[in-house]
Amino acid sequence: MTTDAERPLLRVRDLKTHFTLKAGGLFSGTRKVLKAVDGVSFDLAPGEVLGIVGESGCGKSTVGRTLTRLEDATGGTAEFDGQEMLSLSKADFRPLRREIQMIFQDPFASLNPRLTIEQTLSEPVRIHGLETTREAIRERIARTLTQVGLDPKVMSRHPHEFSGGQRQRIGIARVMIVEPKLVIADEAVSALDVSIQAQVLNLIKDLQTESGISMLFISHDLGVVRHICDRVAVMYLGRIVETAPRATLFSAPSHPYTKLLLASIPRIRPGRVAAEDRGEPASAAAPPPGCPFHPRCGLATDICRSERPLPVDLGNGQFSACHHAGNQQGEAA
Amino acid sequence: MTPNATVQWFATGRRIFRGRWLATLGLAWLVLVVLAAVFAPLIVPYDPLEIDPVARLTEPGAAHFFGTDHFGRDTFSRSIYGARMAIVIGLGSVVVALLVGGLTGMISAYFTRLGAFLMRVVDVLMAFPALLLALVLMTILERSVMNTVLVIGIVYATTTARILFGMTLKLKNEVFIDAAVCSGAGHASVLFRHILPNLISPLLVQASFIFAFAQLQAAALDFLGLGLPPEVPSWGNMLSESRIYVTRAPWLLLFPGALIILSVFSMNLVGDALRDSIDPRFKNDIKGV
Ligand SMILES: Nc1ncnc2c1ncn2[C@@H]1O[C@H](COP(=O)(O)OP(=O)(O)O)[C@@H](O)[C@H]1O
Ligand code: SF4
Ligand SMILES: [Mg+2]
Repeated sequence: MTTDAERPLLRVRDLKTHFTLKAGGLFSGTRKVLKAVDGVSFDLAPGEVLGIVGESGCGKSTVGRTLTRLEDATGGTAEFDGQEMLSLSKADFRPLRREIQMIFQDPFASLNPRLTIEQTLSEPVRIHGLETTREAIRERIARTLTQVGLDPKVMSRHPHEFSGGQRQRIGIARVMIVEPKLVIADEAVSALDVSIQAQVLNLIKDLQTESGISMLFISHDLGVVRHICDRVAVMYLGRIVETAPRATLFSAPSHPYTKLLLASIPRIRPGRVAAEDRGEPASAAAPPPGCPFHPRCGLATDICRSERPLPVDLGNGQFSACHHAGNQQGEAA
Repeated sequence: MTPNATVQWFATGRRIFRGRWLATLGLAWLVLVVLAAVFAPLIVPYDPLEIDPVARLTEPGAAHFFGTDHFGRDTFSRSIYGARMAIVIGLGSVVVALLVGGLTGMISAYFTRLGAFLMRVVDVLMAFPALLLALVLMTILERSVMNTVLVIGIVYATTTARILFGMTLKLKNEVFIDAAVCSGAGHASVLFRHILPNLISPLLVQASFIFAFAQLQAAALDFLGLGLPPEVPSWGNMLSESRIYVTRAPWLLLFPGALIILSVFSMNLVGDALRDSIDPRFKNDIKGV
């Protein structure tokens, strides 16, 4: 997908989002720093869907929330369409809000219960001045609702009148109505019934293909990611440990953590034992030195315990942040 | 109001008061008080301010249902006009408390730095008992309806601020607020379009309690000679004036006293019923004022 001639739509370099946690009593004021995102870099080409996977708590959501400026970045840069956006003031960032949209996980919590669907969907249209007359706004809402597979008549209703799947469609309509360039979907189908997941996932995929938007698809579910993404980045404790085109990642994973994740998806041969014991992930509040994965890694050696591995280019768009990445696969193809 | 909305209101009312006989009686009493206040000039047999030296301290009877006071003024007529004052004081205090307190609480929860300072001020004010705070403020100010309303409103603005502070803190972490921000909503829109509408029912409950307690505060201030100007026919002033004649003319104490107690009690019952009907998330935030 990515060709070097194309300028990436989104270029993230060494992104860091640290949270300061106040621990202890009112006056003791001991502060702990939780490095939720700690040096994440990636490119996203126009029209590309990049998956971000990893266990719960590894910082996936925080990456998405930082790129939508819901959280403040502690360091690093993010260029959107060539413009550095993390250092923009909130006011200067406002026009970019139209271009960068987010689909939230919980379809029950992400719609204001007091507003009708029309009120919710008209908000971004009015704020960004996409339509001026009330009639035009309603028309646009109707069009978008049809696009996401809902009857335009529903716009006068309140969220509690809808099922989870329908609400998520409304959430998707709120995103699509402003015709964004980048959509960040954070566990967009994880809260839905399995029977509904496929429908909503297909809708997202269809809308993405039709409109050619770029997408950051965040999920802990590799099965879902496999369905929709062109390329996948695997996160562990606030860092990306492996990036690869989808086919490569699933057929020839390089990083031991990726292999662990793949081994843990339920699949055709359920009797097969996972390659390694699946230990508890270490805490982002106290990450281990060296390679953060070393306490759980069967291949760990001395260097792993002391030095942080940098991403190694394995060719064909595959990168792996592991000291032994090259060796395992034979030299990079 | 469209017929549809009226039906909806009616249904909501039924849901709240169903099976609650005391609260329903309380509501009925309040409706009476409001009617008395609105139609006072049509109801009263005498001018509430008219002095009749011949009829001083007349016992309750056919001519004067509630008797007369030491100036010969008709206690019934004064009681009816007293309902007006009760409503004015109650509504006025509610408006002041909700506006000042509500805004302070919401803004403090939303802008955390400013909020830390504002809520500290609120805490200091809350350290004083409500009546003491009202007394101190009223001794500085002139006796008038306006000042009484302001002072009682400010006193209850503190509790309102605390309550709204807590509720806004909860609401601002809701995902739909993040979604609104992503849609481009600014601070004002988030506060007043997304947060405030979710606070309407708890605010209504809070209002009913303030309305009730404002009556007690106003009566206490009147009784101490610090509230409404003495010539104003309020229940509190009537009570205050009755003191000297309490053995010779106990009705002067009885009627305004009963009116105050009934009204406060009714408003509390209605407030309780409302509180039990709202979003369970906020139930613990409102514990009365
Ligand atoms: N606002 C916050 N304040 C403090 N810690 C946070 C905040 N948001 C997330 N975290 C912490 O950051 C880590 C990463 O969280 P998150 O990005 O939600 O992970 P994921 O989406 O991969 O499950 C977790 O340990 C989480 O507890
Ligand atoms: S660097 Fe070492 S510990 Fe880390 S994943 Fe690679 S082999 Fe395992
Ligand atoms: Mg998450």
